[in-house]
Parts: sequence; C-alpha cells; structure tokens
Amino acid sequence: MEIDTDTAVEKRVIINNVMCLLTDPDGAPLGAPMYLPQNIGPQQLQLIVNQLLRNEEKLPYAFYISDEELLVPLETYLQKHKVSVEKALPIVCQPQAVFRIRPVSRCSATISGHGEAVLSVAFSPDGRQLASGSGDTTVRFWDLGTQTPMYTCTGHKNWVLCIEWSPDGKYLVSGSKSGELICWDPKTGKQSGNALIGHKKWITGISWEPVHLNAPCRRFVSASKDGDARIWDVSLKKCIVLSGHTLAVTCVKWGGDGVIYTGSQDCTIKVWETTQGKLIRELKGHAHWVNSLALSTEYVLRTGAFDHTGKHYSSAEEMQKVALERYKAMRGNAPERLVSGSDDFTMFLWEPFVDKHHKTRMTGHQQLVNHVYFSPDGQWIASASFDKSVKIWNGTTGKFVTAFRGHVGPVYRISWSADSRLLLSGSKDSTLKVWDIRTRKLKQDLPGHADEVFSVDWSPDGEKVASGGKDKVLKLWMG
Amino acid sequence: MPQGDYIERSIKENGRRLDYEERKRKKAAREVHKHSQKAQKTLGIKGKMIAKKNYAEKAQMKRTLAMHEESTSRRKADDNVQEGAVPAYLLDRENTARAKILSNTIKQKRKEKAGKWDVPLPKVRPVAEDEMFKVVRTGKRKTKQWKRMVTKATFVGPGFTRKPPKYERFIRPTGLRFTKAHVTHPELKCTFNLEIIGVKKNPNGPMYTSLGVITKGSIIEVNVSELGLVTPAGKVVWGKYAQVTNNPENDGCINAVLLV
Repeated sequence: MEIDTDTAVEKRVIINNVMCLLTDPDGAPLGAPMYLPQNIGPQQLQLIVNQLLRNEEKLPYAFYISDEELLVPLETYLQKHKVSVEKALPIVCQPQAVFRIRPVSRCSATISGHGEAVLSVAFSPDGRQLASGSGDTTVRFWDLGTQTPMYTCTGHKNWVLCIEWSPDGKYLVSGSKSGELICWDPKTGKQSGNALIGHKKWITGISWEPVHLNAPCRRFVSASKDGDARIWDVSLKKCIVLSGHTLAVTCVKWGGDGVIYTGSQDCTIKVWETTQGKLIRELKGHAHWVNSLALSTEYVLRTGAFDHTGKHYSSAEEMQKVALERYKAMRGNAPERLVSGSDDFTMFLWEPFVDKHHKTRMTGHQQLVNHVYFSPDGQWIASASFDKSVKIWNGTTGKFVTAFRGHVGPVYRISWSADSRLLLSGSKDSTLKVWDIRTRKLKQDLPGHADEVFSVDWSPDGEKVASGGKDKVLKLWMG
Repeated sequence: MPQGDYIERSIKENGRRLDYEERKRKKAAREVHKHSQKAQKTLGIKGKMIAKKNYAEKAQMKRTLAMHEESTSRRKADDNVQEGAVPAYLLDRENTARAKILSNTIKQKRKEKAGKWDVPLPKVRPVAEDEMFKVVRTGKRKTKQWKRMVTKATFVGPGFTRKPPKYERFIRPTGLRFTKAHVTHPELKCTFNLEIIGVKKNPNGPMYTSLGVITKGSIIEVNVSELGLVTPAGKVVWGKYAQVTNNPENDGCINAVLLV
C-alpha cells in the first residue's frame, strides 16, 4: 500500500502585507493607501505605479522612502530600518528620464586651434553645434561630425569670457573682458550686427530670454563687473539698464516666469522685472560674494523646444508652443526654486515668488562654492567648491545627500547629463570626473588635459562632452 | 645798500630806456641763434656737454608733444591683451601659485635608470671620511676604535630600530635626524615644508646613501601630495626628488630644490 505522500510538507511561506501610500514628489498621493506584499521590489512597484497613473508607455520610476532610495525588496528594507507596520508607509515615486545616457569614457578628439586658454565651451541647445571662447579674443565654432574647426570669429578686443547660445539655436552671443558683446550667426560664422557696447568693465555672465516667453529669441541679459546688468534686444539694438548693485554682478539668470535674477559681490540677489527693468525683490542673506545662481527649470530653459528625441521645428510659434509645454511639465505646480552659491562657503535655497527669506541654508563646504547647478529634472542640486569636493543636495528640500571626493584640486565647473543620472566635474587638477548619482560613486575618471580645466559641457543629446582649459586645446569625449 | 638795489632804485625813480621793451624782445629773439652758434662752434668737452643737454631737451619735447597728440585723438588702440587668460569666475581672485603639471614620467624613469640627473648643483665639495665620522672609543680601557658616529644630518625612516648597541658600528645621533625638508619649487619660487621619504643618492658614496646621510648636493625624495600634482594619465603624484642646497649640520634644517 502506498501511502500517498502527496501531503508533502508544505512550507508555509508567510508573506506579510504592508500598508503603503504612494505619493508623487510634491507630496500628493497617487491613490488610496493600499496593502502591498512585502516581497515586492522596485520593478513591481513600477508596474503598479504605471497602472495607477494609467500611463500608456511604461515610464521608469525611482522610489524613495524618507529620502533613501529603495533598491531591495520591501521586506529587506523594513527589517533593516525596523519601520513600524502600523502606519501607512509613504513611498515617494520620482519619475526618471525615459532615455539613459551612456557615461563618457574616452577622449575621442583633441582639437587645437586656440592661441590662448579656452575660457568657455557651450553646446547648442539641439546638441549639434559646439562653440568656444578663448583668451586669444576669438570665438570658434567646431564641427562635431569631423571633430575639426569650422569657423574662427574675430572681432573682440580682449579675452572672450562668456558665450551663450540662444534657446532656439539661431544666435550665439559672446561677452569679452573689454565689456562688449557680439552676436554671431553659427551657420555662417559671421557677426550679425555691430558689437553691443554699454558695459564699462568685463562681462561676467549672459542669459537669454526663454523661448516660451518670446519666440524667435531676441532678448538677453548680460551682467558685468561694473555693477549693472543690461537687457539687450538684438533686433532693435536697444538696451535697458538694471542698475542697483553696488559691486560687480557675478551671475545672471533669466527665469521661466519672466523675471531676471542677478547675484552680486555685494552679497545680495536682486529680482527684476523685464519690461522696464524695475527691481521687484531683493534677497539678502549671504555673508560674502554670491558666485553662482541656478534655477530649478534651468535645463529646460536652456534647451528650449529641443529634447532627447532630436526633433527640429520649422516655425517659431511651433517652437514656442513645444517649449511652453516642456516648461509646464517640468515646473508642475511648485514655484520656481533658486539656489545661490557664495564665497561664505554656504548656499541658500530660495523660492523667490513665495518668500523673501531663504528656504534652506546648505552648509558643509569648507571652501568657497564656485558653481551650483540643478539637475535637469530638478531633483538634485550639485555644488562644486574649491575644497576639492562636489556635494549633492536634495532639489526640493535642500537637504544634504552625499559628497563626491576624488579631485585633488579646486573643482571649477560641473555639468549634468540630460537624464540626471550622471554628473561631470572639471577641476584645476586637469582631470574631469564622471559621478553616478544612483550609486553615489565615481563612475569614470577622465585625465588627459595638460593643465587646468576651465569649462566643461555635456551636450543635451548626451552623446558628447566638451572640455577646454588652460592648455589651449578643446577635448571631445565620447562614451 | 646792495648793488642791485641802486639799479632798482634808479629804475623806479627814472624809469627805463624808451626802447627797452623792443631791445629786450629783439635780444630774446637773438638768443636762439646765439645758442645755436655756440652749440656749433664750441669744441671739446664743453661742446659735448652742450650737445647732451640739447638732446635731453629735444627728447623731452617730443614726449610732451606725443602725449598731447594722444589725448586729442580718440583711443583706437586697445588695452593690451594680456597673457594668462582666466575665466570670469577667477578674474577677481588672486591665484595662489600652483605647481605645474609633470611633463613626462617616462623621461623621468629613463633618467632614473641611467642614474644621470639634470641637477641644479652638479658638483659639490667632496666630504672626507674623517669629516663625516667621528671615532668613538669604547671598551673598558677605551682602546677599541671600531665605532663611528655620524656628524652630518641623517634620515632614518619611520620604521627604524637601532641594532643592538654592542654590534652597531655607525651611530646616528637623534639630534641630527631630520624628517622634514624645506623644498623650493624652482619656477614658482615658493617653499613648502615637506616630509622626506628617503635619501636617494649621496654624492660622496653609496655607503653614505645606505646610511641615510644628507649632505649638500644629495638627492632626497619628498612627499609632494600637498601640492596636488596629477600626471597626464590621471594618477596623483605623491613623491618627487629634490636636491639639498645647504649644509644641514650647520644650519639645523634641510633646504632643497625640487627637481622638476
């Protein structure tokens, strides 16, 4: 007789349930609190969220429980952190970029041509063109396909300190040490119009009006050491002077809501309206020079209507519409956030439309903060400092997340990849380093420059990185 | 009354000659020609002195004319484009001098192999053995003379332990042991206080190198991590050679020049 050992010992695996509440980054719940089994991980959570939101295509999400990313099944997380299962567990779902940028790993070309140090490099908003300004008073355009020089534009009388592309890619404006600004046409390499003279000392920063406010792009604002900023109109050749700062204006940004933010060496940040150049607000708080400003929507304003799909638009109205949609999607309901980095080793996070006092004070650096930059999705803030470290902060609350150490010299500039997953930093020690945000570690070390690296830029389509510095060559890096 | 006062008094009382003004004017006009004649006719040292004075005046006049001309015409020439371009965020800052990037590690390695050095002090005064060592007499009757004490500065390294005193032949007194050196960068002209890693070569002989004796002209290896140098391959440089330029036993410190 066979005893039916059908009754195999059933190993009863008890799967507990946890009450979870899924919220979006602003705090609004995506649905009612629900019971979820404890053995689900990030992938299953993604499916649930996509279903909840009824997304047509499956969008990737990252999940955070009290600011820590969830990478393991819920069970492991709960055990590690001993979270009580009595209350609903809030899980923040942060949408990630649909595309993924490959980290750059090798130098594909070293292009010489400049006679003096390369002071600034910039990719056009569609990522197809590259321009650089140098101490030999020329602006050069480079052909990305063949990686050779395309145009050499002379006209400035002294070092070209800043260059800035218009968000529709039609113009490039460059500012020099003698205070003049020249507008170039990137297709022909020729100057369009005369040099714009008005500033008495060197230009420290340039920012264009966003495409969604006015298309085609005509106006831009320039900041100078002489203490005032000027709004120029390229077609009318007029300028409005924004005077008010007592010392040099170090940085200027045109916000997406139609206001201009200027940071200055007199430790204040002033907010101006753009039609008549009147001062709206003054943000005080810093104890020393304000070195750098960054807006949460900056990346979208810079790229305008172009995104990772690489579509090109024929008419200006179409561009304006698409840019406005992108801007609205980026901004959501939250007010625009501004972060300022200063010589007093701290940074402030402001919400200029809400309050004139700062929202958060971000301390931690041991030397002056040279460059601050919001990630393209607005989730993180990166800050480069002369204390050889790059620090990452939460983009909404300003809380410190992690510090990247590895450079042996002051870090000069940083640049984000378009999907906000990688960060690039260039430093005085002649190396560039690519850092991974998810693993919070160094992804790639890019040595090769012979001298200090003054400027880095990651193209908006994520394919290439350009860097220039004191060794007078432009280096292009590819994945 | 002084002589000139009589003249003045008479001018006040009687006035001047009727053609005084005209004569004065004409005499002044003749001065120019007289000066020119004198300058052409005078010979010898006097002539040379006059010529020199004239030249100085001419140059000065030219300069003032040029200055005047400049201010009237608009400045078309630009302020000179200086060298050493820096971006806007570095313009208001004084850049603390920083060491230049290493040129070629391969070249250095080759030099090391050959033992040839391109050093600032190629020749140094040789130090004799009796100057380097002092004989220490030991033993109950102080007749044994096999021990030597080093009289120059030495470097022993962090893990150094003496040999048992009965057997050690060379005594390196702690008072003459150094760990740090004042190293000057030859191009930046600034001096750093850097730790010594080891003595690479003493020109007086391999025995002194192995003992770690530092005299003028010896090559030492110093820890340069605080200078923040990076090789083209991306590695951080932390050791470099330097040559000692003073006599440490006389000064109490080691001064060296970095070999770049």
